[in-house]
Amino acid sequence: MSVKLDSKIPSGSIDQKWKNHKFNMKLVNPANKRKHTVIVIGTGLAGASAAASMGELGYKVKAFCVHESPRRAHSVAAQGGINAAKNYQNDGDSVYRLFYDTVKGGDFRAREANVYRLAEVSVNIIDQAVAQGVPLAREYGGLLSNRSFGGAQVSRTFYARGQTGQQLLLGAYSSMMRQVDLGNVELYTRREMLDLVVIDGKARGVIIRNLLTGEIESYEADAVVVASGGYSNVFYLSTNAMACAVTAAWKAHKRGAYFANPCYTQIHPTCIPVHGENQSKLTLMSESLRNDGRVWVSSKKGDARVASEIPDNERDYYLEQVYPSFGNLAPRDVASRQAKYRVDEGYGVNGGEQAVFLDFRDSIKRLGEDKIAERYGNLFQMYSKITGENPYKMPMKIYPAPHYTMGGLWVDYNLESTIPGLFVAGEANFSDHGANRLGASALMQGLADGYFVLPYTIGNYIANTQLNKVTTENEAFRFGVEGVKNEVEKFLKIKGQRTVESFHKELGRIMWENCGMARNKAGLTESITKIQKLREEFQTNINVTGDAHGINPELEKAGRVADFIELGELMCRDALVREESCGGHFREEHQVDGEAQRNDEKFCHVAAWEWTGSAAKPQIRHQEELAFENVKLATRSYK
Amino acid sequence: MNKGLEMAHSKKNINLKLKVWRQKNNQQSGEFKTYEAKDVSPDASFLEMMDSVNEGLVKKGEEPVAFDHDCREGICGSCGFMINGNAHGPQKGTTVCQLHMRHFKDGEELTLEPWRASAFPVLKDLVVDRTAFDRIITAGGFISVNTGNSVDANATPIPKPHADEAFLSATCIGCGACVASCKNASAALFTSAKITHLSLLPQGQVEREQRAIDMIAQMDAEGFGACTSTGACSASCPKEISLINIANMNKEFLKATLNRKEEAAGGDLA
Repeated sequence: MSVKLDSKIPSGSIDQKWKNHKFNMKLVNPANKRKHTVIVIGTGLAGASAAASMGELGYKVKAFCVHESPRRAHSVAAQGGINAAKNYQNDGDSVYRLFYDTVKGGDFRAREANVYRLAEVSVNIIDQAVAQGVPLAREYGGLLSNRSFGGAQVSRTFYARGQTGQQLLLGAYSSMMRQVDLGNVELYTRREMLDLVVIDGKARGVIIRNLLTGEIESYEADAVVVASGGYSNVFYLSTNAMACAVTAAWKAHKRGAYFANPCYTQIHPTCIPVHGENQSKLTLMSESLRNDGRVWVSSKKGDARVASEIPDNERDYYLEQVYPSFGNLAPRDVASRQAKYRVDEGYGVNGGEQAVFLDFRDSIKRLGEDKIAERYGNLFQMYSKITGENPYKMPMKIYPAPHYTMGGLWVDYNLESTIPGLFVAGEANFSDHGANRLGASALMQGLADGYFVLPYTIGNYIANTQLNKVTTENEAFRFGVEGVKNEVEKFLKIKGQRTVESFHKELGRIMWENCGMARNKAGLTESITKIQKLREEFQTNINVTGDAHGINPELEKAGRVADFIELGELMCRDALVREESCGGHFREEHQVDGEAQRNDEKFCHVAAWEWTGSAAKPQIRHQEELAFENVKLATRSYK
Repeated sequence: MNKGLEMAHSKKNINLKLKVWRQKNNQQSGEFKTYEAKDVSPDASFLEMMDSVNEGLVKKGEEPVAFDHDCREGICGSCGFMINGNAHGPQKGTTVCQLHMRHFKDGEELTLEPWRASAFPVLKDLVVDRTAFDRIITAGGFISVNTGNSVDANATPIPKPHADEAFLSATCIGCGACVASCKNASAALFTSAKITHLSLLPQGQVEREQRAIDMIAQMDAEGFGACTSTGACSASCPKEISLINIANMNKEFLKATLNRKEEAAGGDLA
């Protein structure tokens, strides 16, 4: 049964929508809150902040994570910073400007109202972080420091050296653990969500696999939050951690949550290049480095000279040339494509390697090594550990890599999916970033959703909804448990020839080559067929060692890769239908001078896909039209 | 200036012999099993080498070696085991996922063991249970502030030296190498890093004394050993957390116990 897409954007001028909505939303009486349980899947920034805030309000929260501790969530690896419209630098920033930059940065494919709210609450996030003791960088006067990030001409990014993600996560994690101590949050670690339970059309619980014992468990709630992160690991090699998966979101998708804009994936321009066949993941070099690093290649094709031997007048500082206003801080999709063009045309470093230079020579000369070390010390160390090279003395070699996914489960203004009672927060949802995310805004969005949106909108849902009492004895839970047990047993029984890893690698290659930085009709069509074949082979030819009891990483991987294969097909389909270029989705057939060419007439909408009940039948595509009333649709230029 | 950077050595692939601790689960005893790591690229990371060894085992139908890992970039704290008796291996300030094979020679024999501490029960092979760390944080490693209460972030200036020092203590990734390398299996470095981080900030002052008392009490209750100032912890710490933190924690604890007033009725207010 199809669900009509209703974004539920409140009326009124854009700067009043959230204020009015907060007043109009129904509240749950303080004494009644403890009668309601909310499940949170994922304990990264979005999940931990939601669990902490809901626990503080008095709800009973059950929080689940696949790791041994919530602090291991991949939010921990975010390096560069978090945006907020504080205008501490007096350089012209404002809530409106952050809103504008984000809408433009998203190439006019995000929902204006959501983005405005994001900008509005961004200032509260910084206040909250500081109050929690997050050690953000300070100036000599004792006040907070800022730096610039891509796609912005103001300095609005707050940071904690090169580990802003870890510090913000530790803040949210410590707040959540305080609620654990107080008995408001029950924490279940080493647990993976393998199904969503829907009763009377509402999300009422989850089926969980205990990754320590192998047991299949069920948990009931009045509302469920999926905050399980992004799906960049569909490319096999990405900056994501090894356990990052689409599984929780995908299981919800199969229960009726529409999946929006899956083809909007972000390739980050500055990552350490692949070293060999056994590469397990790609390491990000923070965008913040582009504050002081200059990107260049030799102006001679196939130039095998060492960087120090190439004089300035033979260097092509191409970002500065092509985008004089933004220079090295051009947004990620733009910077990534430019790097790819240089390498494809034979200008890759060291005689044609798949890499370009990120050079700190000039800023070291200007500021001294000590100042650079203070800003980026741990990033430089990380680089040298991995490559064995010294970035103080020679330029870093970098190349684009999959990093973030703007697509995700469709949500309305309340962050509620097409399944009533299922809320989606952080990278797992599709909203806010449009077709391209600006740097330092993922941390902002995860915390905005968790601290400042969900506590209101979930309360509103609970207060407005007839929630009949439900226990895990209910049929729906028992069916759910049986279903998951069967699927787990199925993987173990196949006993084929290939490892799960080999399928993941193969999927990754297909996706990177055909659904990566540049896409075209032939490549996408061919990929869909290849992936369908891969899916069929996966079902009959994997060999999963061990058994269903106890710790079994191979079994965990099997489930996650099965979901990635299905997602990969949907991504290619989504990219094929969207015959335009916008943000991270670049169709070679739709470009002007190498820049993305949108088709606002035909594609100014969100594509939300509905599961049809079987992987063999493609999803049904629905559209949510986007209206730009505050930011005029324009060609997105950073020149 | 070296700044702890690492330079490339050999470029040739190498072969290694690995003696790895295998243990089916927490209930059974374990033993060492020997494996060959063949044709390893010097640019590969230690865990990528383990991945290859594991691929080989799975292809033969054998169970791969289980080890915790996630980010592969030294920040999540998931990974960690002993390599020839060194927590995270031979390189200073490096997690095992950041350790690259260029630091090993062809033909070397490496012994891999999980963290050994009674407070970190072994779960399987190289995987141990470090939830004791979470319980220490739960006991007081936080500032009690609800969402939405906060004053403007710049309302309370924090002297840059304090902010910088707080950051240094806050970089702890909770991996447990400190416990594993300590002959007493003490968690003093982990606990003191968090206590110090929060004690340096104005926002942490209100609960400063209670935090020290509660976190140390939890640390003791978990069964970690006492600190005898050996210093192996800081030497093994992948984030190079300083021993000063432990000295600081001892000072905090002493001050707190001397100053302690009766706990207000109702305890910790939400």
